[in-house]
Amino acid sequence: MSAATTSFIDRRTVVDWLGIVPFMIFALMFLIIPTLYLVMGAFFTPDGQFTFRNIADLFTPSIISAYWISIKVSVASSLGGALIGFFLAWAIVLGGVPSWVRSGLLTFSGVASNFAGVPLAFAFLATLGRTGLVTVLLRDWLGFNLYSTGFNILSFFGLTITYMFFQIPLMVLILTPALDGMKKEWREASEILGASTWQYWRMVALPILWPSLMGTTLLLFANAFGAIATAYALTGSSLNIVPILLYAQIRGDVLHNANLGYALALGMIVITGISNLLYILLRMRAERWQK
Amino acid sequence: MKTQKILAWIAIAIGVIYFFVPLIGTFEFSLRMRRGEYSADAYQSVFSDMQFRETFGFSMVMALLTIIFGMLLVVPTAYWVRLRLPQIRPVIEFITLLPLVIPAIVIVFGYLRLYNSSSWIPFTGSTSGTNALLVLSYITLSLPYMYRAVDTAMRAIDVRTLTEAAEILGAKWPTIMLRCIFPNVMSGVLSGAFITFAIVMGEFTMAALLNRPAFGPYLQLVGANKAYEPAALAVIAFAITWLSMGLLQLVSRFSKMAPSRP
Repeated sequence: MSAATTSFIDRRTVVDWLGIVPFMIFALMFLIIPTLYLVMGAFFTPDGQFTFRNIADLFTPSIISAYWISIKVSVASSLGGALIGFFLAWAIVLGGVPSWVRSGLLTFSGVASNFAGVPLAFAFLATLGRTGLVTVLLRDWLGFNLYSTGFNILSFFGLTITYMFFQIPLMVLILTPALDGMKKEWREASEILGASTWQYWRMVALPILWPSLMGTTLLLFANAFGAIATAYALTGSSLNIVPILLYAQIRGDVLHNANLGYALALGMIVITGISNLLYILLRMRAERWQK
Repeated sequence: MKTQKILAWIAIAIGVIYFFVPLIGTFEFSLRMRRGEYSADAYQSVFSDMQFRETFGFSMVMALLTIIFGMLLVVPTAYWVRLRLPQIRPVIEFITLLPLVIPAIVIVFGYLRLYNSSSWIPFTGSTSGTNALLVLSYITLSLPYMYRAVDTAMRAIDVRTLTEAAEILGAKWPTIMLRCIFPNVMSGVLSGAFITFAIVMGEFTMAALLNRPAFGPYLQLVGANKAYEPAALAVIAFAITWLSMGLLQLVSRFSKMAPSRP
């Protein structure tokens, strides 16, 4: 046993592991330890006593409502993004449209999925704000006052459709390969067996696709949940979502308790962590069919 | 099959309307600064703003430093893992994906607590230290994209054979890295570089919380104080994103068309 161990840890093995030391130090210093520091901090009082108090304090109405709005915006924008993204991906893969439409949409999706942050907020303000193009055209051409219906770009609904601008392209980018992986033979086989299009989708295609669909929707959810720049530029601090609350807390300790701020961060990590974990598990399931 | 085609075109039409109306709206809005007629006044106002030039230049420098140091970290690691430590590839891949799981605002919150001026490594105690921390935070943010781009490029070449051939010819490690590996994974390096550039140029959270005069916080400031300039800036930002992504697609298409080595 000991002889085997000593021969196992020879010089070459040591050199092998030394090669990834820079990366490991970087990952520890700038990714893992900062995160762990916050996670640990969430379980301590300012004077170093272990406590669950901070976690319990998350369940005060103002913080709960921030989480609730964040979750609602993320769910709405991920479901909307997933639905439209799925139909777009379906259209370019199976809809029989010319190939330039496909390559055009995929290129555009690559750009639009990275067009987020502050400029995206500007774009939607200029389009659907009080003097935005669409608002003005609806008023002048159709006599329809968008803002009298209670619509406001600086609201839950406004934020949701703004987020969908990067959610839909992300869905298209991830789902197109999955739809490409659907074998023609499955379709043909079910047709030979007398299945209708509806039966094919309900009994063959969707059962194969649902891990991809679900998984990508969860990825979109996490994507929206952690986003701050767009919301901050769009609504200032008028819409009380978790990242904006955390931003205010980092800036000026608005919760009057540094360790409660850590708990707030922990809550975000838990939510994005769970949705990403489920995404990975579902993707592994989805890949079974794509070999 | 006819209904299918009609449905497909309806989907495409909805997508085109949803994506293009905001872009057209933004462009139209950016031209409205002069009352009663279209003009490029908003763009003129943006370009003549000293702060625009300063913050744009600052973010540009940050992006270049991020790309250089990020690649110096990622390429040797990806190479080494493929050559010597294939068994821990899943671990490394998992770590590189973590920045997509942990929100940026949480990561920078950790930095501010861990590396403040009274801590063991006071990054934020000086301007140059904070700039360094900003670059390091950008490397963290772009790690998922850089690592994947480089690793994909490395899959296409036979790292082991290349290394052995170079060793037999008497090459030392620096030569192997700089003259064999880097040129062969150039397409991956460039793809990673373009996406990193797009991310860093518009990044807001890290720069704002580290109090650095970058382009993202400047955009936010203009948005809060002016009417037409934000639209012009959004058009400029979209052009930057489009340019980086366009170059990325060009590089990846070019590398796919290149004949595979025997």
